[in-house]
Amino acid sequence: MRYLPKSDSERRQMLEACGVSSPEELFSHLPEAVRLKRPLELAPGISEYEIVQYFRDRAAENANGHACFLGAGVYNHYRPVLVDTVVSRGEFLTSYTPYQAEIAQGTLTSIFEFQTMICQLTGMDVANASMYDGSTAVPEAAMMAGRATGRNRVVIARTVHPEYREVLHTYARHQGMPVEEFGYLPETGTIDLEDLERKLDDLTAAVIVQSPNFFGIVDQVKAAAEIAHRRGALLIVVFTEAVSLGILEPPADADIVAGELQSFAISPSYGGPYAGIIATREKFMRQVPGRLVGQTVDSRGKRAFCLTLSTREQHIRREKATSNICTNQALIALMATVFMTVYGKQGLRELAAQNLAKAHYLAATITPRFSGPFFNEFVTTVEGRPPDEVNKFLLKKKIIGGLPLGRFYPELADCMLLCATEMSKRADMDLVAQALVPAASGRVPAEEVAL
Amino acid sequence: MITKVTPHLSQNEVLLFERSSPGKKAYQLPELDVPAVDPAEALGTGNVRSEIPGFPEVSEVEAIRHFTRLSTWNYAIDYGMYPLGSCTMKYNPRINELVARTEGLAWAHPYQPDALAQGCMEVMACVEAALIEITGMDAVTLQPAAGAHGELTGILLIRAFLQKRGNPRKKILIPDSAHGTNPATAAIAGYTVENIPSSSTGVLDLGVLERSVDRDVAALMVTNPNTLGVFEDNIMQASEILHNKGAMLYMDGANMNALVGIARPGDFGVDVMHLNLHKTFSTPHGGGGPGAGPVAVKKALEPFLPVPRLRRAGKKWAYDYKRKHSIGRVKAFYGNFGVLVRALAYILAHGGPGLRNATVDAVLNAVYIRKHLEPYYELPYSQLNMHEVVFSDHRQTQAGVHTGDIAKRLIDYGFHPYTVSFPLIVHGALMIEPTETEGKRELDHFIDAMISIAKEVESDPQLVKTAPHGTRTSRVDEVTAARKPILRWKPA
Repeated sequence: MRYLPKSDSERRQMLEACGVSSPEELFSHLPEAVRLKRPLELAPGISEYEIVQYFRDRAAENANGHACFLGAGVYNHYRPVLVDTVVSRGEFLTSYTPYQAEIAQGTLTSIFEFQTMICQLTGMDVANASMYDGSTAVPEAAMMAGRATGRNRVVIARTVHPEYREVLHTYARHQGMPVEEFGYLPETGTIDLEDLERKLDDLTAAVIVQSPNFFGIVDQVKAAAEIAHRRGALLIVVFTEAVSLGILEPPADADIVAGELQSFAISPSYGGPYAGIIATREKFMRQVPGRLVGQTVDSRGKRAFCLTLSTREQHIRREKATSNICTNQALIALMATVFMTVYGKQGLRELAAQNLAKAHYLAATITPRFSGPFFNEFVTTVEGRPPDEVNKFLLKKKIIGGLPLGRFYPELADCMLLCATEMSKRADMDLVAQALVPAASGRVPAEEVAL
Repeated sequence: MITKVTPHLSQNEVLLFERSSPGKKAYQLPELDVPAVDPAEALGTGNVRSEIPGFPEVSEVEAIRHFTRLSTWNYAIDYGMYPLGSCTMKYNPRINELVARTEGLAWAHPYQPDALAQGCMEVMACVEAALIEITGMDAVTLQPAAGAHGELTGILLIRAFLQKRGNPRKKILIPDSAHGTNPATAAIAGYTVENIPSSSTGVLDLGVLERSVDRDVAALMVTNPNTLGVFEDNIMQASEILHNKGAMLYMDGANMNALVGIARPGDFGVDVMHLNLHKTFSTPHGGGGPGAGPVAVKKALEPFLPVPRLRRAGKKWAYDYKRKHSIGRVKAFYGNFGVLVRALAYILAHGGPGLRNATVDAVLNAVYIRKHLEPYYELPYSQLNMHEVVFSDHRQTQAGVHTGDIAKRLIDYGFHPYTVSFPLIVHGALMIEPTETEGKRELDHFIDAMISIAKEVESDPQLVKTAPHGTRTSRVDEVTAARKPILRWKPA
């Protein structure tokens, strides 16, 4: 087998050195009853060429060469070539968590740069080395707020990504952390501040809002902060579209920012792996879950970096740790770091401006459902027929349309969420716009929509 | 003598922010093919930021040099043996990286219609099926993002199962040899933790277990082989003790690399377990993630698995979102799909017989190291080991040298250190896991290095205590880092 480096003769020599006559003898101490007495029912190994072919075949069963107008937490952005060039280096790809600082300065330095750039983007003082993803960063942020305030209740906007909310509910259920949701205004698509006021009480640890929210709308972060702080609760601001931070005012009124960096050169990859972040104010530094890299010096007095404040973590604190998280998403965070470096100060702004322009072009002939300001995605009502029907029509033109919202918001069953990025072509956007004009696509005969 | 490595020059490099200067660019966007929009008008003046203060501005050449220079400051599996016990640092096949970037897979959006995601769903179904066969369990969820996340999922499954039976119970039993994630997970799942002492031979003490299991105990979390690399030969009796009192057996699958093709947790009484695809199934650690932590369960727990569940609908794959007993979602979407692709590529490359051969070689390598180092280092537990071996620094402490010093000295010999000071039941532990992807030559180098260090401890302990000497960064002051945390760069 090509991944096993020993020749048969070396294997024999080693067995002999161990005083063992056969490989089976290495397992002779295992109780008879636990041993598997047949070969695994898995096909014999195949060649590299066959593996490539296998996955090409699987890929061919997916969408191929389609234009895609889906957003909803996962965005189609261009991935600069440098990203894969850097993360393909064995020194980054095949190294472990940087516990041994003397031979892990590459990873440590890049994480320090990552933490810095996340602070610059979010307007926070401290950012960790990354989380599994945005969805798991939300419950981790909520638990953090619980620790910081000594309270346990959480109030979350219905405009936060529905799957993120589901994850929060799963985590919170068994921790004595009641979660309540508050609504949005049907006209603007922004959070309903009065509803928030009603749902808040003096036991609430955190208010969680997303901006741009799930509908793509820049939400009322400042107002939410005022309301939360008045009742002694922290404000957690969630983002799923990191590119928006290139142009939007950072959520500086937040106490904790929990976000998803998929937009920063992380391929959609059918839902993961991605990288989440948690950033916060200095005073909550010791409540942060996950890895943190800090600056220090080596014994010769030279600047160096190492993992730090690890007394928060599971390997030291065990059941009293701030989180059970062991690892971060180092390689994925590195993709984001390279992305941020390539675009830099001007580029991220320009990229965000292009996204804004594309989405507003798409929206020009389609009426958005909500009046709130949007970044690169927006909700639209599909007149006269189910959203799925428009999507089936578009699929025939090799376009994946918007996300029908009925699954997550029954009251928006006639709506879809459309996203345009710098990758969206004008001609495709025109086709989408046409398809959404009530009379244009008309009803599509059933036999035509079959895939 | 140090024979494996020779010092060479490495490039210095400043931080990106120090390299940055205004107006430099490493990007070019295409000409905008639609009318530009005034941000203040579209978003509202108060919502638009003026700039991102401090964000870097570098050229493309500077960017590539920056990260390449940084990379050379890391040790990696691609350089040599990385014997971190419990971490299973095996070779990461490059074909895995290539196939994970296949266009139709890497660019698949999680919300694209199921009809246009059948290839992804088929990949996931194949991973589930392979893991079921390897573990001997009945069902698998691929949703958890990492090992600790899998643990949380597994314990929530146990809680939901017991809850449905009437009482979720209060405690999780955890042996004192366990990974720190186990107690942390139990606490997050709303349980109190009861640590139970291992026997004098370092394995589960059935007497202690018998006395500890009462109607308040939800489960025992056990790693098998345990963190000493020793197979828990009482595992079936332990399972029976738990089951008799209505409790469950959770297995931390961190050490599954010792068992694939040899023994299956499903056959020895385990109810729930997680796997670390970044350990046993060769997906890269990447400097600390991403991982994937699928959870395998027995039939009785299947109704509680996270939504959605893959299911066959005629000739197609579909998702079940409505499952009334499910614990809910533990992560958005379906799991770390890109990691699953890599793991499947590994399983396909090895095939059934190859996976078993890998296990045999992993154990052979660890036994070979033990055989050669036993005369030089104290072996606190003498049972036969499997894929890893744990020594202690007992003999070296006489000269004032500790496991951490030996580890740092190993760096000078061209190796990554072993795992230091874990498991906690061994004072001054040296936990060594070579994995199957080391050949005889590399192992012999490692053994020579360890023997040479043992001799240095006697002849020149100071040399060991101040190591490493050959690295560009010498011993790092971790105390100051924690005392005065500097967690981000700021302009001077």
